Amino acid sequence: MATQVQAVRMALHVGETRLGVTDIFGEDVGPPLGGVFTATQGLATAWNSPLDERGVIGAAMGLALAGQRPVCEIQFGDYAFNTIDLLKLAGAMHWSSNGDWSLPMVMMTPVGSGIHGSIYHSHSFDAQATRTPGWKVVMPSTPYDTYGLLLSAIVDPNPVMVLLPKALMRVKARPGELIPGEPEDERVLSKMIDAPLGDRSKWRPEWPDTPDIFLPFGKLKRVREGRDVTVVAYGRMVAICERVAEQVAADGVSVEVIDLRSLIPYDWEGLVESVSRTRRLLLINEDTEVTNFGEHLARRVTEELFGELLAAPRVLAGKNLPGIGLSDELEKASVPQASGIEQAVRELAATSIARGASSAPRSRPAAPPRLASAELDHREAFARAYAVR
Amino acid sequence: MEAAVLPPRESQPRPLPDETLLRMHELMLTGRVLEERLIRMQKQGDGYFWIGGPGEEAFNVALGMLVDRGEGLAHDYLHLHYRSSATLLAMGADPVDALRQMKNTATDPYSGGRNFAGHASIRRWNVAPISSPIEVQFSMAPGTALAQKRYGGRGITIVQGGDAGTAEGDFATCLIWVSRPGNELPCLMIVTNNEYGISTPAATQHGEARISDRGRAFGIRSKTIDANDAEVAYRELEEAMRYVRTERRPFLLEARVSRLYGHSSSSGANLVKGEVDCLVEIEKKLEERGLRGRAELDAMRAQKTEELLAAARRVIAEPQPEGHTVWDHVFAERDVVQQNPIPCDNHGGGRRTPWLDQAH
Ligand SMILES: Cc1ncc(C[n+]2csc(CCOP(=O)(O)OP(=O)(O)O)c2C)c(N)n1
Ligand SMILES: [Mg+2]
Repeated sequence: MATQVQAVRMALHVGETRLGVTDIFGEDVGPPLGGVFTATQGLATAWNSPLDERGVIGAAMGLALAGQRPVCEIQFGDYAFNTIDLLKLAGAMHWSSNGDWSLPMVMMTPVGSGIHGSIYHSHSFDAQATRTPGWKVVMPSTPYDTYGLLLSAIVDPNPVMVLLPKALMRVKARPGELIPGEPEDERVLSKMIDAPLGDRSKWRPEWPDTPDIFLPFGKLKRVREGRDVTVVAYGRMVAICERVAEQVAADGVSVEVIDLRSLIPYDWEGLVESVSRTRRLLLINEDTEVTNFGEHLARRVTEELFGELLAAPRVLAGKNLPGIGLSDELEKASVPQASGIEQAVRELAATSIARGASSAPRSRPAAPPRLASAELDHREAFARAYAVR
Repeated sequence: MEAAVLPPRESQPRPLPDETLLRMHELMLTGRVLEERLIRMQKQGDGYFWIGGPGEEAFNVALGMLVDRGEGLAHDYLHLHYRSSATLLAMGADPVDALRQMKNTATDPYSGGRNFAGHASIRRWNVAPISSPIEVQFSMAPGTALAQKRYGGRGITIVQGGDAGTAEGDFATCLIWVSRPGNELPCLMIVTNNEYGISTPAATQHGEARISDRGRAFGIRSKTIDANDAEVAYRELEEAMRYVRTERRPFLLEARVSRLYGHSSSSGANLVKGEVDCLVEIEKKLEERGLRGRAELDAMRAQKTEELLAAARRVIAEPQPEGHTVWDHVFAERDVVQQNPIPCDNHGGGRRTPWLDQAH
């Protein structure tokens, strides 16, 4: 039963043995360490690069131009910001050459908070990634999805970003979500593919025989069915939203939880289907809330499904702050927490904007109990901090 | 930077055979006349912006003549910049295509009317898309060079940029990545030094005596040359390329060049006085060696000017791209480099689809 980081490794092994991956590289990616999160241990084509993120992205671009299949790692998403110029260029390669060149490369990077990573190991990258046209962007939340989306990324002819939630790296698959071919017993798998402590120079992994699984981009996953509110999340937020859904179910609030998984392209049809049923939408992610990907989805739902909505779509994202503070209290006040999500869900579920005669009357759950949470005064704090003075 | 820092020339370069010198001259002349036509087009409103390489023809033509042209790892990869039109001409590019890019026509084979003049892309010759951000090509070059090192053979990576751009981190990236111990790469790094970045004199920003000195710290063989002399440019490039091809190691070549029409149309694109003109210099050689007479040279120039004027008139009438084509090629639907079939349908839109989603 693989963790996310083991799923990455198994996918990369399939990539380099069957799908033409030529280079897996980045800072500390090769032996002896195999990546600071161990995502690249035991891989035949893994190598260490200089400590130079622009060099990593640039080399991957050059390798792709030369017909290679590179998978590069930016050690922490926080350090991808100095590569944005090159990411833009990579995304533009096919378009600006009017289709002359394609650029099949994969960039993977750990993102987000939840590990007490302080200011520079907690940044999200999805807002930036999704405003870099020409890139496909995925953010898996389970080992199985990680495996299947990474394999799809490897064979795609475009640059693809695989954003890996840091806090999920060591989270195990749930029962029933095994990657076919992997041993069910996590200890058995660990013995096979985790590098031993100490001297590893003679160690060779024993790879389980896992198949080619190409999870399509642009297909969301409904992780919980519900009637009253659609909650769309991705990455680390998915499991938190599921727990909230469980909790409010006891009070008769029925929440549909969607794991978007693929941000670019995204599953618009799937979103429309869900929102048309629940008629209420909450978008959750950790990135800072101004020019946030959830805002784009909220805008589009507002524009295209306005007549069907019973409540204004809401976006609950990271606070618009320069960073995430180290103290637990600071982190909690900076990124969405279960309590804030619960409150938003309850408020949404209790809202039914009056519609014209044609709109069918809907059941109205009771008004939510008031929660004491940092969420309550957020709008006010935001208004104060960003007021024109 | 003072011209005095150029190393004293130990000896005159080995003279080029007559036919090579004549070929160089003809290409340089075409290159110059082409740039003059492009400048004219822009000034007459048949283009929004001009940038190019008048003054660099001796070097850029030599480079294009010496390139191993072709597609794939066995041939040279080129990461050029916006002054490289003469290199492409010498490789066999049609000058009319440069006019098309100036007029941003749908027929522009480099970008379909999307990019500025001088921003070519020719995959069948391993010419990576030229882009405006300064120096980024120096971050990509190690990638193609690494693939070529692995492949073996004689193909090399050639990367070129200006002097001011060497202050960008990408230049340092390239120095580091092509000289990793045990992993030295077959990469020819070229700096065409015209002593300016737009309006800023290099001497006011750069303390290094010679840019090529920066190679030394990395064990990269380096040289500064006077590239206004066509024979020096050709011979030195020949030698540097021979080294990179056979030794499979990097070389840093700093070529001193002139900038005869200023930075770009933004600075007026007018002829500047007092800079050495490599075309004048090569014509002196031809006259001295009795290979061409003055009248003959003037006639050649007049004829080429006439030809490109006629071509520009035709190009101006060619269609502009249609607005809806902005949605073409947002995503590749297949891997055009490897021609690999894609095992799953994952492109998810892009073509004439205003939303990057599956609902189309
Ligand atoms: C990253 C970046 N910064 C600034 C510019 C604007 N710019 C265009 S050309 C140029 C000067 C480049 O000088 P140099 O590298 O010496 O090349 P030259 O134009 O002299 O050949 C500048 C600053 C740019 N295109 N890209
Ligand atoms: Mg310059």
